[in-house]
Amino acid sequence: MSKLLEIEGLGITFGGLKAVQDVGFSAQPGEIVSVIGPNGAGKTTLFNMISGIYRPSTGSVKLDGEVVTALDPYLLARRGLSRTFQNLQIFQTMSVLENAISGFHLQERGPILADLLHLPSMRRRAAAAKAEARGLLDRVRLGNAAEKEASSLSYGALKRLEIARALALKPRVLLLDEPAAGCNAVETEEIDHLIAEVAASGVAILLVEHDMKMVMRISNHIVVLDHGEKIAEGDPATVSRNPKVIEAYLGTDAQEEATHA
Amino acid sequence: MINKRLTLLILAVILIASPFFFPSNFYYRIGSLIFVNGLAVTGLVILIGYAGQISLGHAGFAGIGGYSCALLPVHLGLHPGPAAIVGALLSGGIAWLVGRPILRLKGHYLAIATLGFGILVAMVLANEAWLTRGPDGIDVPDLGLNDLLELVGIDLTNSQFWYWFSGLVFLVGAWIALNLYDSPTGRALRALHGSEIAARTVGIDVARAKLQAFVISAIYASLAGSLLALQNQFITPDVAGFMHSIEWVTMAVLGGAASVLGAFFGAAILTTLPQVLTVFQEYEQILLGLVMMLCMIFMREGLLPSILRAVRGREK
Amino acid sequence: MPELMQFLLSGVTVGAVYALVALGFTIIYNASDVVNFAQGEFVMLGGMITVFANLAGLPIPLAALIAIAATAAIGVALNKLAIEPARGAPVVSLIIITIGASIFIRGVAQVVFDKQLHRFPAFSGDTPIQVMGATILPQALWVLFGALCVFAGLWVFFTKTLTGRAVLATANNRLAAQLVGINVNWVMTLSFALSAAIGALAGVLVTPITNTSYDVGIALALKGFAAAMLGGMGNPIGALVGGILLGLIEALTAGYLSSVYKDAAAFIVILLVLFFMPRGIFGKSSTDRV
Repeated sequence: MSKLLEIEGLGITFGGLKAVQDVGFSAQPGEIVSVIGPNGAGKTTLFNMISGIYRPSTGSVKLDGEVVTALDPYLLARRGLSRTFQNLQIFQTMSVLENAISGFHLQERGPILADLLHLPSMRRRAAAAKAEARGLLDRVRLGNAAEKEASSLSYGALKRLEIARALALKPRVLLLDEPAAGCNAVETEEIDHLIAEVAASGVAILLVEHDMKMVMRISNHIVVLDHGEKIAEGDPATVSRNPKVIEAYLGTDAQEEATHA
Repeated sequence: MINKRLTLLILAVILIASPFFFPSNFYYRIGSLIFVNGLAVTGLVILIGYAGQISLGHAGFAGIGGYSCALLPVHLGLHPGPAAIVGALLSGGIAWLVGRPILRLKGHYLAIATLGFGILVAMVLANEAWLTRGPDGIDVPDLGLNDLLELVGIDLTNSQFWYWFSGLVFLVGAWIALNLYDSPTGRALRALHGSEIAARTVGIDVARAKLQAFVISAIYASLAGSLLALQNQFITPDVAGFMHSIEWVTMAVLGGAASVLGAFFGAAILTTLPQVLTVFQEYEQILLGLVMMLCMIFMREGLLPSILRAVRGREK
Repeated sequence: MPELMQFLLSGVTVGAVYALVALGFTIIYNASDVVNFAQGEFVMLGGMITVFANLAGLPIPLAALIAIAATAAIGVALNKLAIEPARGAPVVSLIIITIGASIFIRGVAQVVFDKQLHRFPAFSGDTPIQVMGATILPQALWVLFGALCVFAGLWVFFTKTLTGRAVLATANNRLAAQLVGINVNWVMTLSFALSAAIGALAGVLVTPITNTSYDVGIALALKGFAAAMLGGMGNPIGALVGGILLGLIEALTAGYLSSVYKDAAAFIVILLVLFFMPRGIFGKSSTDRV
């Protein structure tokens, strides 16, 4: 099977500090790869490198065979890579619906003259995007909040909004940075199902998550980072039994959870 | 956010109904000035309100637009009307060239760079006297439209003509700005205002979007400058000056810097205030400075949104 | 050669003034992350208040002292009334507030004083001194001396005294400074007072050479800002170097290119620095965390 996303030897140095060093793994369509590790292990930094926000010092990122290392996020979006953020990056001045519609930018954009004059072509594209956006909001259970100001929503709801916005791009690769953080058990389960659904439709998913139950339950493959380096990799059962991982991160309780899962 | 139809309705009603309350011809002139300022400020709202950028030098484009109406008829034989259009294209072109490097900056740096640009334009206009007649200013030819209307039987004084003409131009500008707000490009601007990183993540070419806002607002400023030049039939380099840029930004900020209606009210208030206080002309700067400070300290969203919020609050 | 020397001398003199204005920007920027566009007005107030106190009968040294003290008080008032209340506001708002403050101060000066040009006699006479074929006014030497004293004094203050180091600590990390018991509000007051006093001193020193009026502040603020940017915003040594460099660039432009556009030199410098060297000569870089 061809590798949709391929990371090789990725690393970055911030003024002498090697935040991430020589990390490599891959993801296939429909696969859920989780990146775990203690706080400060470099997970979000890794995400930022893959999604074009940081320029790596070493290594490469390949999307469907094409080298896309250090491309600006908007170019990656046009190639089908989408993400959510750990510290929410919601568009505060817009409504919930408008936030979702913004995810359809690549789909609804057209000549600027059409926008300035509200020509019929623009109206058609905007209406189509709006309808699809409403559909996405329903899918993440935010349909009723469409007209509200985004800033008025709860943290958990905003996390779902970001996922909706990321899905609007109809991505081939989706990076989720702690999608369940700050969510209660019910919300976490909803996100759990959502992720499984999205993966089932053929999207490769990269997940950073601290909720170990969720990670063990839904991941096909796990990559473990500690101090910026990859210390283990494999399926959930293998990883949870790896002594290095247990030592760095999981602890004995979680290990028992995993063997009984 | 007030919706498009309601905003245009309110503005149209104000345009049509106000003359009934004018005690004298002079008020047409103030009204016309309000619409001209409103046009420029609407452009600024697109840049500041929609896209979240700042410019302290936009009057520079007004200078380009105004002086186009003065110089192009003289040197190229163009009629002042088309000259205004050429001026707008010129401003747009310069904005495109200057904007590309300038918009890479943010915050204070962007403010200072735009300030520097505006001052440079004003300086060139004041110093290249061989072209512009220098700091004392230059005459601008008559647009001629008022005379045309007389041929058709519509007899307006100059003040009246310019009131209706500026008002109409402003309404068109308002309509376009409102269209932009609820459009893919507008959403891209508002998105990058909210979070540049997230905007790039959804595929928005942020640099290009900022440039679009800059160019569009430059064209608005240019047309406002042209209207000023045409109705005064005279222009000086002060039109491009730092104080003029600051006045416009203050009007935008007073109105909330977020909506076309706010732009209009900001322009209306700050245009009429000095007129009301003509006796105290010396106090104009004190007043302007005070308004700027108080507004940003106590009513950060601007006068209009704060009032609306207070009104809505009482209705609960 | 003597021509070049003349340009260099006048460049360094005016550069010293720009350096002092830039230093004022730097102190406030370090203390509060605010770029104070009213900085130039402090220079104006230093000169104007001295002039009018002198006209009212006070001897110049006393008038100058009062001017500097009064301006320092105005600086403190600016912080307390306009900037503190807007703490945490977006950059655009803060820019508008300080610009509004500068316009306000200018407006008041226009009404309280007048719109004329003013000066007072130089401290040690007007006889030009010969230096390598060029001449320099004694007052220019006062300007340079004053600037050097200020920079040297502040260096001692920031590195050798406890108060000075408290100011640096606050500039570095406000919260941490609070946590170790530094009275951050007092540091802010001190910073604004210092910055305003320095600006006023510059105004006092340079008025015998350049005259003063209610609107000299704008150009000074912009040029001082250009100097601060050139040297690296937030770096006092950068302020000194940037100021002198800008003064030299301006004088050489006026001498060899066009005296009309010498003011443009500052703005072109700003634009070039912003595009090619945004951190300035001595500045530091930063990264955003997402």
